[in-house]
Amino acid sequence: MIDLTTNYLGLELKNPLVPSASPLMRHLDNLKRMEDAGASAVVLHSLFEEQITRELDAFDFVMTHGAESFPEALSYFPEMTNYNLGLDGYLEHIQNAKATLSIPVIASLNGYSAGGWVDYARQIQRAGADALELNMYYIAADPELDSRAVEDMYLELVREIRRVIHIPLALKLGHHFTAFANFASKIADAGADALVLFNRFYQPDLDLENLEIVPSLNLSSSYELRLRLRWVGLLYGRVESDLAVTGGVHTAEDVLKAMMAGANVAMTTSALLHNGIPYLSNILMDLRQWMLDHEYESIRQMQGSMSYKNVAHPAAFERANYVSVLRAFEPRDVMPG
Amino acid sequence: MAQTKTMLDANEAAAYVAHNLSEVIAIYPITPSSAMGEWADQWSSEGKKNIWGTTPLVVEMQSEGGAAGAVHGALQTGSLTTTFTASQGLLLMLPNMYKIAGELTSAVFHVSARSLAAQALSIFGDHSDVMAARMTGWALLCSNSVQEVMDLALIAHAATLKARIPILHFFDGFRTSHEVSKIEMVDEADIRALVDDELVRAHRARALSPDNPFVRGTAQNPDTYFQARETVNPYYLATPEIVQAAMDQFAAQVGRQYHLFDYVGAPNAERVIVIMGSGAETAQETAEYLNAQGANVGVLKVHLYRPFSVQHFMNALPRSVKSIAVLDRTKEPGSIGEPLYQDVVTALMEGWNDANAMPRVIGGRYGLSSKEFTPAMVKAIYDELAAPAPKKHFTVGIYDDVTHTSLAYDANFSTEAAETTRALFYGLGSDGTVGANKNSIKIIGDETDLYAQGYFVYDSKKSGSITISHLRFGPQPIHSAYLIRRANFVACHQFSFLERMDVLDAAEHGATFLLNSPYGPDAVWDHLPRSVQEQILSKELKFFVIDAYDVAREAGMGGRINTVMQTCFFAISGVLPREQAIEAIKHAIEKTYGKRGAQVVAKNFAAVDQTLANLFQVTVPAHASSELQMREVVSARAPAFVQNVTAMMMAGHGDDLPVSALPVDGTYPSGTAQWEKRNIALEIPVWDQDICIQCGKCVFVCPHSVIRAKVYDPKYLTDAPETFKSVPARWKEFEHQSYSLQVSPEDCTGCALCVQVCPVKNKSETRLKAINMMPQAPLRDAEKTNWEFFESLPAMDRTHLSTHLVKDDQLLEPLFEFSLACAGCGETPYLKLLSQLFGDRALIANATGCSSIYGGNMPTTPWTFNDDGRGPAWSNSLFEDNAEFGLGFRLTLDKRTEYARELLPQFAALVGQELIDGILNAAQTNETEILKQRGRVQALKEKLEAFLTDTPNHPSLAVARELLSVADVLVKKNVWIVGGDGWAYDIGYGGLDHVLASGRNVNVVVLDTEVYSNTGGQMSKSTPRGAIAKFAAGGKPNAKKDLALLAMTYGNIYVARVAFGANDSQTVKAFLEAEAYDGPSLILAYSHCIAHGYDLIHGLEQQKAAVASGYFPLFRYDPRLVHEGKPGLQLDSKAPSIALEKFESNEGRFAMLNQQNPQAAADLLKLAQADVQTRWKMYENLASQK
Repeated sequence: MIDLTTNYLGLELKNPLVPSASPLMRHLDNLKRMEDAGASAVVLHSLFEEQITRELDAFDFVMTHGAESFPEALSYFPEMTNYNLGLDGYLEHIQNAKATLSIPVIASLNGYSAGGWVDYARQIQRAGADALELNMYYIAADPELDSRAVEDMYLELVREIRRVIHIPLALKLGHHFTAFANFASKIADAGADALVLFNRFYQPDLDLENLEIVPSLNLSSSYELRLRLRWVGLLYGRVESDLAVTGGVHTAEDVLKAMMAGANVAMTTSALLHNGIPYLSNILMDLRQWMLDHEYESIRQMQGSMSYKNVAHPAAFERANYVSVLRAFEPRDVMPG
Repeated sequence: MAQTKTMLDANEAAAYVAHNLSEVIAIYPITPSSAMGEWADQWSSEGKKNIWGTTPLVVEMQSEGGAAGAVHGALQTGSLTTTFTASQGLLLMLPNMYKIAGELTSAVFHVSARSLAAQALSIFGDHSDVMAARMTGWALLCSNSVQEVMDLALIAHAATLKARIPILHFFDGFRTSHEVSKIEMVDEADIRALVDDELVRAHRARALSPDNPFVRGTAQNPDTYFQARETVNPYYLATPEIVQAAMDQFAAQVGRQYHLFDYVGAPNAERVIVIMGSGAETAQETAEYLNAQGANVGVLKVHLYRPFSVQHFMNALPRSVKSIAVLDRTKEPGSIGEPLYQDVVTALMEGWNDANAMPRVIGGRYGLSSKEFTPAMVKAIYDELAAPAPKKHFTVGIYDDVTHTSLAYDANFSTEAAETTRALFYGLGSDGTVGANKNSIKIIGDETDLYAQGYFVYDSKKSGSITISHLRFGPQPIHSAYLIRRANFVACHQFSFLERMDVLDAAEHGATFLLNSPYGPDAVWDHLPRSVQEQILSKELKFFVIDAYDVAREAGMGGRINTVMQTCFFAISGVLPREQAIEAIKHAIEKTYGKRGAQVVAKNFAAVDQTLANLFQVTVPAHASSELQMREVVSARAPAFVQNVTAMMMAGHGDDLPVSALPVDGTYPSGTAQWEKRNIALEIPVWDQDICIQCGKCVFVCPHSVIRAKVYDPKYLTDAPETFKSVPARWKEFEHQSYSLQVSPEDCTGCALCVQVCPVKNKSETRLKAINMMPQAPLRDAEKTNWEFFESLPAMDRTHLSTHLVKDDQLLEPLFEFSLACAGCGETPYLKLLSQLFGDRALIANATGCSSIYGGNMPTTPWTFNDDGRGPAWSNSLFEDNAEFGLGFRLTLDKRTEYARELLPQFAALVGQELIDGILNAAQTNETEILKQRGRVQALKEKLEAFLTDTPNHPSLAVARELLSVADVLVKKNVWIVGGDGWAYDIGYGGLDHVLASGRNVNVVVLDTEVYSNTGGQMSKSTPRGAIAKFAAGGKPNAKKDLALLAMTYGNIYVARVAFGANDSQTVKAFLEAEAYDGPSLILAYSHCIAHGYDLIHGLEQQKAAVASGYFPLFRYDPRLVHEGKPGLQLDSKAPSIALEKFESNEGRFAMLNQQNPQAAADLLKLAQADVQTRWKMYENLASQK
């Protein structure tokens, strides 16, 4: 019998395949279908700090705009007795997910300021989430802000949240840090139980007809996995936290690579958005088959087996890797004249 | 038992009792009673129970007539039923009220009494409406204060069950209905104690039931109707005692004793005022003040006006009385005196059996349409009563220089108690001043033992409106039902007010003056107008400043300075210790905004915390030094009427206008809005002429007609001001001509729709367009000069323009400008277009609603005229009858045209057959043809006039005079019937249907905001499924009525659905086709609205989304096409291309339901999406049918 179990954030999981935060998670029936298809845990869609802020501002605007100005219409809307603003709905969703699913439910918060988050984190814990994933989505666009200040902001936030919650805490990051290994280590020290590598940022595109900036996000491809593999491989066993791979996990092979690089879990979204939720079971089936074919007994057996620490040529994870890739491409790129 | 004291207004007080004691409530919005229905609806939607433990069923009807019918039906089937109304609404209920009373049915209506529309509509308070109901057989019970409203509401509900006479419980609209006052609540136990369940069951037992069948509502004949009418007498005779018994029982339970007539004042008074309503409070305050100074006067306050009990009246009146003044807050033209006066005279005639001579009685009118009624006026009445030959009939509060009815009074007379704090706050509607003051007065009411009163005055403008808050608090009960005229605290929340109005006029000596000023304590003095400096010095005011906008901005509050100014008030006034005040303010903030999230609370807290450090007392210099003067109200170029009359109203001195200044029949000159320069925009659009493509879209969408374009001969530019912009016109027809786009800086509201619609982007800096918002202040003077120059440029020759092109339409002069509509209004661009295309020949019937208010609320009117003196003739009749009213216009035109055409051939010899034929056969389908016909008719008139002058004894003179007086009708005129969806879908639908079915050539424009916008967003049958509105707090469960489809079924009606923000060309096409169609036309014009719950700067995008999602498909149905064998329906928008959710999620009205009840929102969205698909398929199908 092949053992697919793994441990992530102190949670015993039946396999390493975890659907990551996406709009699919908004609907309870999708979560149930994921569980049925074999997901070992779910990361709920992100509660966006900016969205909460904006919704609050929007409702405040709606209720006050034009009010108390004109004698026939001192208001334009009935006073609401129940405001189910972003957070309330999210908390309810956590509760419903917990009541419906038997697999762990990981909540996700997306934002950048300490102020609001601490309270949200506390409430999410109270709502019954098994763990919390913080998604630090911050573009350091301010020329006045140096790298130390940016890193400190992250660290401070992790410490703050760690202070107020006792459930496991994961941090999802982008890879744009100068000394990522050092930073990852600090994050782990600050109290993050896991690092989720990496965030995929919305990239702005330019609309030439309308001269507007348009946000875009394409689904990931397996190609993107490589960046994650490198960093999971580099960090495995060298930082005090679990590791999750997210971005580019589309096939059983991708999961296997993530495991061998050193991840505790492999997270997937694009594959489900593209192929549908039942596709999860295909990946798991392929995973089992591969392990059977290659005579692996368990996931744990392979975890970190190809990490920086454990491979024959660790330099391949570093600059040498770059060099060799180029060399490998050379002959085929030059067409015979 | 000590009762809970709380701060509330009378509408809430009445609704509280009514909701507790009703099973069925049928409602319809009308100012100032709407809030009662809204409270009832809200409480029921929250599941609040009545005293029998069940939630009253609240139903919104299509009109007050409908509400009364539903009430009648519910009563006849045994429900405890109520409604709330006022003014025209009460008039619509009268027929049912006769029935309800005739059938001896226990019922209570709560009425916030309001003026009736006569020479003009007025939303404000007097007793005209309830006096029109005094013959219905209902008991009329009047409450004079907020406390009385709560108490007498209960007494009314209790007494009607026993008396079987229905009771109309009323109180003064606005003055009482909207006054926030500290009152003692009656609780459920009090209510229970007063209401006898046996009587409730008896009411039920009298009801219609197939289990106990009988008929009620028969038709009677001469043999028995009369006797049957007399059967009710014993009930009317018994009612006064029953009501008094209820009052006594109430006193035993609660401790406050009322009588049918309550006398206050000297026991042996010789002069007595008889009065009911809030004026009685002022009269009482004055009588007590005068008596304290040795006078011997009294006030008889009427509570039960019908049935009028002579016995109770006589018992209440001191026998010492020698003269009585009876005051009526209504006018009954042509009567001997007003109703209460006549009743008192009759009562004395019948009831005076004293040896003393019967007192002399005089009658006066006061307080019509919330006209102030002050102690000074009360004193003048007492003085008049002491005069040897007082006026038998008088008015007070106005200066009647025509029939000399008015009493003179000393405006400086005041009874204000020294220990009462009187605070005045001048603010803008948008800065939150009123909300803050409502909070303040509640804080004072809740945190102290002081009595407190708040009253709020709003102007009638929907953008840039000014509010004045009047707050009183003190150790004694407050009877002052009038505005503060002597303030010991004055706050001016807008620095710009100082140059526009005399904010310190009411400041008394030594008062405190708080000013929101961009200038600090050291600099502010030099920026004050001279009159302000002089008043600060002469009145020795304590002067404080704060830069509230700066503090608010820092705290993240944007332009809402409410919390900052509120904190200043508490800090300076000392009404509470500072610490306690701050804590109370924060508590109030949490209570008000807590539901809206922690961050809203946090920024308000931040504003409170940052205020004190920024509040400074100004060291006032010894002398006035300013050269600044108050701004002139209107330009010296304005016509005399505007200078003499309109300007007084604009300046807030309308109260000082004498009777003789005002038109006798409600007729006012057009085109006066142009003289009221409101300067409310912080930013105005600035044209970038270099990149502009001259498409005219900005001109098209501007809701206030402040952006104009002209094409003209460059020779006119010789005298152009330095900064006036001009470029070559980009029309091939107008080669070598110049083009200018000009903004009127002082009329712009800063909505920025023009920027949103501009299709051009600056290639080097894409954030910029061909029109961009810039701060107004630095541009004002130069642009004002440019605007005046622009206006002097000649108007375009309309015959050179292709009116079906939006690009050309920008050059048509708008004859609707600078209205009082909201900034960014989605309705007004349609009216402007109408005025541009047809204004010189349009008669407009306008239903009551937003468009009648921004279109016709004094002091100014936006409907104007062109250089030839032609422009829209506009009138508002009522809410419910607008289609019929407009049809009347058409009938006149049709009949008069027929008459003129009958007369015309008789003058063939005189004016020539060619001219006659030319006139009779003129096509008049376009500008050129109409211009030619105008020329022919002018020629005809000139010939007729010459004929009248030259041949004074000709036998055809009389006919010639007739033809001359009707000849103008021979030039094409058209009738436009304009109103909102509340009118077209609900209250006026029956009439609209009939008018459309008449086949007559009328054009109906429905400004469809999908909600009753003017009264604050109540649901109409146009409200879409899933939207939250008042009376639909849980989201409207049903789909919007398809008025277009209903109209199309007639087959001979031109029907169009348009949304200018989505397709301006289609809008233009529809207006032109509707006008050209010789039959009824109906245009449903999608209008984004403040009641949709988003910043209207996105109105055009939302219109696009409404169309793209299939929520509001565009089409035109033209019966002419059917006759040509083509499909009548042409779809002008494509099949839905985006999900409905995409459109709905941007609007608060939908998003709020999603927040409040996500499941219901999801279910309704699903149904609404299905509606979209079904409707689209149906339209597609229709569009393919020939």
